[in-house]
Amino acid sequence: MRASLVVAVLALAGLLGPPGRAADGRRSDAEAMSPALRAMQQDDAANPGMLSVLDGEALWSAKAGGAGRSCADCHGDATVSMKGVAARHPAWDAGRGSAVDLAGRIALCRTERQDAAPLPPESPDRLALTTYVAHQSRGMPIAPPDDSGLRETRARGRTLFTTRIGQLNLSCATCHDDLAGRRLGGTPIPQGHPVGYPLYRLEWQATGSLQRRLRNCMTGVRAEPYPFDAPELVALEAYLMERAAGLAMETPAVRP
Amino acid sequence: MRTASLAVGLAAALLGPLAIPSRAAPPPRIEGQALPGSPTGRPGDPARGRAIVVDRTRGLCLLCHSGPFPDQPFQGDLSPSLAGAGSRHSPGELRLRIVDGRVLNPDTIMPSYGRRDGLVRVGEAWRNRPILAPDEIEDVVAFLATLRD
Repeated sequence: MRASLVVAVLALAGLLGPPGRAADGRRSDAEAMSPALRAMQQDDAANPGMLSVLDGEALWSAKAGGAGRSCADCHGDATVSMKGVAARHPAWDAGRGSAVDLAGRIALCRTERQDAAPLPPESPDRLALTTYVAHQSRGMPIAPPDDSGLRETRARGRTLFTTRIGQLNLSCATCHDDLAGRRLGGTPIPQGHPVGYPLYRLEWQATGSLQRRLRNCMTGVRAEPYPFDAPELVALEAYLMERAAGLAMETPAVRP
Repeated sequence: MRTASLAVGLAAALLGPLAIPSRAAPPPRIEGQALPGSPTGRPGDPARGRAIVVDRTRGLCLLCHSGPFPDQPFQGDLSPSLAGAGSRHSPGELRLRIVDGRVLNPDTIMPSYGRRDGLVRVGEAWRNRPILAPDEIEDVVAFLATLRD
């Protein structure tokens, strides 16, 4: 009772930042977590994902590759130039004619602008840079760009989201649209809004990407997961970000 | 032996439904809302069935259903309780719900435990085999039939 009063006062004072919850019932899955886990996420000294942020900050200004350039040499101060960037990804790459997610964009910059060795999916450096850049959007509302190419990508993502797959014959939507909040083997099913990626998952004992989480779910329904960086995974990411539009970014989130 | 079974397999593959080996059981026939008769020709074993039902990597049942299993923490609430399933349904009705519940409700979230077709992008480890083998399904049917109000 007293706790909810405190929350209400903080909310009125605007101290809680942009919404983890939308008027239509969409909400960050942080809201269903235990108080201990929420506290871990909110305290930068206790949030294990902050280690990736710190690693990423160091990498940001480290010169790399044949070009001998750092991210900072072109993009300057990430706390200024990267603000809001993660909230607008996946974005449309007109040159490629495809959608690119934030980790993919960083990996492309690495090979094309820095002339450096590729950063493989889920490698510590790629995760660290992605987490650092996404952290600059913490507290900002997810704001997917309007773009005809992206609209098609999202439509493909929505089809993938609603298609039943795997030996267990379930779609993402079966659980995360229709049954969110109910219990699967005792565990509440989350709405699945990707507000905090890359995030630290206790189950992984590591920071990981949204693509890793999507592949976990595919394996869970006994489907063949798409390979990392596959256009299908980027399309799902694009649809999910639109589905979460307006919710506040939390990177690095902590999840069970 | 191997050659013989290969030949039979080939013939079955080539001739499809026309090639009915003379000693095979007749294909299961749905009657009303039931699939009567054990396809294995043997009654299932309720104790083995219980073990399958509570096993979260074999039967998977308690991920969605709850039931009279006080020893099992973390039961799902997505689907009706299994308590009293044997009173509500005949063994044939239970069998059809497990083998292919889509026959009764195309939108059901319950997987068809006896089917290996009509699925999309099944993982390699699971491809071309049903979730449970026919004798395992019979064990589960036998166990569920014991759950009476």
